[in-house]
Amino acid sequence: MSISNTRYHRQIILPEIGTEGQEKLTASKVLVIGAGGLGCPILQYLAAAGVGTIGIIDFDRVETSNLHRQILYGQTAVGEHKAIAAQHRLEDLNPEIHTIAYPEKLSTTNALSYFSEYDIIVDGTDNFSTRYLISDACVIANKPLVYGAIFKFEGQVSVFNYKNGPTYRCLFPDPPRTGSVPSCAEIGVLGVLPGIIGSLQANEVLKIILGIGEILNGKLLVYDSLTTRFSTFSIQRIESEVEKVINLADQFKTMDYDFFCGIKTIKEVTPEDITSTKNSTLIDVRETSEQPRLKHLNAISIPLRVLSKKLTTLDKDKEIVVFCQSGIRSKKAAALLLDNGFTNVAHLKGGALALHNHKPLSKV
Amino acid sequence: MRLTIKYFGMLAETTSVSEEQLEIESSSVAKLIVKLKDKYPELNNLDFKIAVDQRLVSNEDHIHAEAEVALLPPFAGG
Repeated sequence: MSISNTRYHRQIILPEIGTEGQEKLTASKVLVIGAGGLGCPILQYLAAAGVGTIGIIDFDRVETSNLHRQILYGQTAVGEHKAIAAQHRLEDLNPEIHTIAYPEKLSTTNALSYFSEYDIIVDGTDNFSTRYLISDACVIANKPLVYGAIFKFEGQVSVFNYKNGPTYRCLFPDPPRTGSVPSCAEIGVLGVLPGIIGSLQANEVLKIILGIGEILNGKLLVYDSLTTRFSTFSIQRIESEVEKVINLADQFKTMDYDFFCGIKTIKEVTPEDITSTKNSTLIDVRETSEQPRLKHLNAISIPLRVLSKKLTTLDKDKEIVVFCQSGIRSKKAAALLLDNGFTNVAHLKGGALALHNHKPLSKV
Repeated sequence: MRLTIKYFGMLAETTSVSEEQLEIESSSVAKLIVKLKDKYPELNNLDFKIAVDQRLVSNEDHIHAEAEVALLPPFAGG
C-alpha cells in the first residue's frame, strides 16, 4: 500500500491520525448516496482526505440551478450524470483513491448488495422515501449511517445504527404527512448550508474511520444558519422500532417506500373530464379573491389553508375533484384528502386557468 | 408553571415565533402538545418530535417547571 506522504502530510502530522490513521483511511470504503448539495462537500472532503474507496449513487443529471450549491460541478458538467461528473472531479482531486459511480436510483433491489460492499453509508438524499429505505437497509445490513438533512436555513446531522445506537426510525418512527415538508426545490436553499451540513457529515465519517473523538451517536445536531446556533438533542434507541425493521428483512426487496411515505400518484383530470362528470364534488381550493371564479361549475369554495378544518363537511363516498389556479395547490389539497381517509380524489391539471381557456366550457 | 418553547424548521414559520415562554398547568408532554395545537391549529397538520432539556421524550413523559422544550420536525432536503 503506497501512501503519498506529501499529499496527506498536514493530517498525518496530527498525532491523533499519523501514518496509522492514514492507512485506516486508505483501507476504508464509504458509500455516499446523493451527489447533490450535501453529497458534493461530503465527497470532496472524503476524497481529499484519502478515503480509499468511495461509491457515489445518484440517478440525476447536473442542472444549472444546482451549481450555486453543488460545488463539484461546473458549467461544462451541466447535463451529465451527477455520479459520473462527481467521479471525474474526484479522480482529478485525488488520483490515489478508487471511486465507483452508480448513475442509478437506489432501490430495495440494489441497496443491500451495494451496502454490503462498504463500511459506512452516508445519506445525502433529498426525500423521505429514500431516507427510510437507506435507514432500514443499514439496519438489515448492519452498517453505520451518517445522516444529514436540511430545511431552508437549518440542518440536522446524526450518526445512526452505530454500535447499537438509535436508528433514524428511533428518531422519526413514521414519515411525515405527504406534502407537509417542502423540498429545497420548492422553497429554496442558500448554497452554504448544505456545504456546512455536508462537511459535518464528512467529519463524522472520518472520526468513525479513525476512531477518534466523540461520534454523534444517539445525538441529533441541529444547526440554525441564521442565528449561527448549534443545538444537540439526545435520542434513545427504541428496540421495538429496530426489531420492526429486522423482521422486515425477508420482505425488504418487495417493500414500497414511496407508498410507505404516502407518495401516491395523485389522479389527474382534464377540463374535458370535469365537463363530462356530473357526480363528483368539485372543490375550488383558491382564495375567494382569485379570478376567474367559474361560478357556472357550482364548485364548493374551500381555500387550501382551511381545508383541513372542513373535512367533516365532505362526503367520502363521492369522487372529489379539487382545483386551484394552476394545479399546484390542488395537488397538495388532494394529498391532504388522501391522508385523511378520502380514497376517490383527483385534481385538475392546469387549474382554473386551463378550465377557463377550455372552449366548450366557456359556453356553459 | 413556566416553560420555554423552541420551534425548529417549518414549525417556526407556522407559529411565527422561534422561541416563546408559555405558562401551563399540567406537567405531561401529551397535555403540552394539546395546548400547543390549541394555540397553533396548523400544528395539527405537521409532524414533530418533542425534546425536553435536550432529550427526546415520549408523550407519556413529564415536564418539570422551567424546562426548555424543543419541537423538532423532520427535514428531507439535501
